[in-house]
Amino acid sequence: MTLEIAVAAALFAGVLAYALFGGADFGSGFYDLTAGGPSRGAELRTLVDHSIGPVWEANHVWLIYVLVTWWTAFPESFASTMSTLILPMLFALLGIVLRGSSFAFRKYAATLTQARFFGAVFALSSVVTPFFFGTIAGAIASGRVPASGRGELIGSWVNPTSLFGGVIAVGTCAFLAGCFLTADAARGGSTRLAEQLRVRTLLVGLATGAVVLGALVPLERDAPTLADGLETQAAPLIVLSSVAGVGTLVLLVRRRYAVARLTALVAVAAVVAGWGVGQYPWLLVDQVTIEDAAGADATLAALLVAVGIAAVLVVPSLAYLYRLTQTEAWTRPHH
Amino acid sequence: MGTPDLLTSILASDLADPAGLMPARQQMALSLGWHIILACFGVAFPAIIFTMHLIGIRRNDPDALVLARRWAKVSAVLFAIGAVSGTVLSFEMGLLWPGLMGTYGDVLGLPFAFEGLAFFLEAIFLGIYLYGWGRMPPKQHLLMVLPMAVTGVIGTFCVIAVNAWMNAPVGFDVVDGEVTNIRPWAVLLNPDAFWQFLHMWVAAYMVAGFSIAAVYAVGMLRGRRDRRHRLGFTVAFAFASVSAVLQPFVGHLLGGRLAVTQPAKLAAFELAMETDDGPSPLRLGGLLVDGEVRWAIDIPRLGSLIARNSFTEPVQGLDTIPAADHPPINITHLAFQSMVGIGTLLMVAVLLFWFARWRGHDLLAGRWYLRFVAVSGVLAIVAMEAGWIATEVGRQPWIVYGFMRTPEAAGENSGLWWLYGATFVVYTAMTIGAIVVLRSMARRWRAGEEDLPSPYGPQLQETDR
Repeated sequence: MTLEIAVAAALFAGVLAYALFGGADFGSGFYDLTAGGPSRGAELRTLVDHSIGPVWEANHVWLIYVLVTWWTAFPESFASTMSTLILPMLFALLGIVLRGSSFAFRKYAATLTQARFFGAVFALSSVVTPFFFGTIAGAIASGRVPASGRGELIGSWVNPTSLFGGVIAVGTCAFLAGCFLTADAARGGSTRLAEQLRVRTLLVGLATGAVVLGALVPLERDAPTLADGLETQAAPLIVLSSVAGVGTLVLLVRRRYAVARLTALVAVAAVVAGWGVGQYPWLLVDQVTIEDAAGADATLAALLVAVGIAAVLVVPSLAYLYRLTQTEAWTRPHH
Repeated sequence: MGTPDLLTSILASDLADPAGLMPARQQMALSLGWHIILACFGVAFPAIIFTMHLIGIRRNDPDALVLARRWAKVSAVLFAIGAVSGTVLSFEMGLLWPGLMGTYGDVLGLPFAFEGLAFFLEAIFLGIYLYGWGRMPPKQHLLMVLPMAVTGVIGTFCVIAVNAWMNAPVGFDVVDGEVTNIRPWAVLLNPDAFWQFLHMWVAAYMVAGFSIAAVYAVGMLRGRRDRRHRLGFTVAFAFASVSAVLQPFVGHLLGGRLAVTQPAKLAAFELAMETDDGPSPLRLGGLLVDGEVRWAIDIPRLGSLIARNSFTEPVQGLDTIPAADHPPINITHLAFQSMVGIGTLLMVAVLLFWFARWRGHDLLAGRWYLRFVAVSGVLAIVAMEAGWIATEVGRQPWIVYGFMRTPEAAGENSGLWWLYGATFVVYTAMTIGAIVVLRSMARRWRAGEEDLPSPYGPQLQETDR
């Protein structure tokens, strides 16, 4: 493996982690948004608050990791992507800002009115943000971002691949979050809430699966390089994703929530990895390859050292945090 | 900057500069200036909380534990908006400065990678600490704060390493206009980073320490003179005091390097238009109007002593530097003098407090010292912002000193003015939101509500269960 490929793999690992963990956080906004009025939605909203409260900031850092690695390792492609996709980038950024701050504000809001306001901002921006990240992925995958300079301001992200990308991102986030929240509710003993979430997660899963399959047709024409990659080198991952997705639905039907969380992670990881493998060896599809976009070798090597240190320091800490959130003491809502 | 001066510079810049330059500058000033305040809390608050929590556990002091727990909740809000406003900055690096990132991204990237790493650990342990109250053994729980205090140091160093590199670039060569022979570790460990880091790190403790002390000073002014108020004040004020006393020395050592690395910035700081024959005076106040220094009070020789550690060496004047390479002189000078002036005032004030205490006088008994502490938080923030303006504006017209001018780094996107307007609205809303929420937290704590309810009608949820 060359230095460039190793760094690109490390970068993509960050994208994958953000899609899974950040995605599950964002997706919980969908259930929060559709939970109903203050009294009907109280239990679910408390669950959302409790389930993502300890982890959302850590999960959010994957995005910063991706940005930093990108501009350090592939500087010119970063500059051209940012210039071309300035609008969806800004919308996603606005979503992140509103979501993070209003989540914190809601938790300590003084009155129900304030809590409802901040809650609505949190939930709405949680749903909207993944959409724009999806359009960004679609823009890159369909070859609309030039290697340097600036591509189309609007057409780059308003096109079939981007729009499907956006909807799929929203759907997969909601699906992941649904599986996690259902399991959390069941573990916390809220059977009624778990049932309610189970049904909605099933619906989200079916809808998302249908969109993913439906997207394959327009993709053939709109993003031929990616479509080709998905049908050849990434085909096993797409198959794996479908199997894991269907498996998750079956497990949800049979109320095997703990296992369903894992298969849901596999399904989403496989579809995101499929995108990455499908567009290999392009960094920006049809425009610049990973090899050609890479910056100085010394920087790439240094970056791998940083990634190595992160693997030693961050991964165990993150595992410790996740493990704590799954313990009995942390599941108790009040203390 | 005098009005005619300002007008010419704006008009002139409109002719030659890319459309994205002015909005990018304004945007960066707003978002970084806003974030830097929260970053100070992110860096310094964990150690302050740790101290209070430690007092609580060591002395079995319930008041200290209550305070530590409340401070942790406050830090949760500040950290959340600090994290998102920090994310804004990483987007802006590419959105506003494509010329810089496209050309130097792989030169300056490594420190950011380590900063990201530090921030990752900080976010993880913040989650553990915040949610660990009552859920972990007390001593183990206390230890969860320490990684945050340590990563705050590393994160500050890394970010400052990039800024120090912009001021004194190292770690690359330019051959035939191409950036080559990149040495990323040299950027991370560049010689100018250390003192600049120390200055910022101590400033963070001043900002957090004085701000927290100010809150309790206001409480005492309103007649709340219970033990918790005194304890909260003392711990925060102790941090502020140590930093305020150290800061002038750190700043002096940092400033001493300027004569070598950035003479134009130093000259602007000192308002030195010409190189003096002998030692330079210290110029207090003053403005440059039509090329002449007016309304300044000169103290002979002191300028040379402060800027150059010498009784004889003059400060190099701006006349030795091409006019095209002059920074905006008045802004730089005023910002620098505001920082030094406020810093000196804060140092004298804390020395007065501890001296009086040693002599058996309690300055908190009267109102006038409390009034001063009540505004000290704002003063510390103003000093920190002024220092940042001095160093950033003083570097102009370079974004990478001596290598890349700021206009070369900006893009052609004039639509960025819209972005600036939107950012202004969002940041104003976020500021209001934070103030509303923090005030309501304080109000409910005063009313005796310790465990704040979870969102959306928790009482309803209780009866449901």
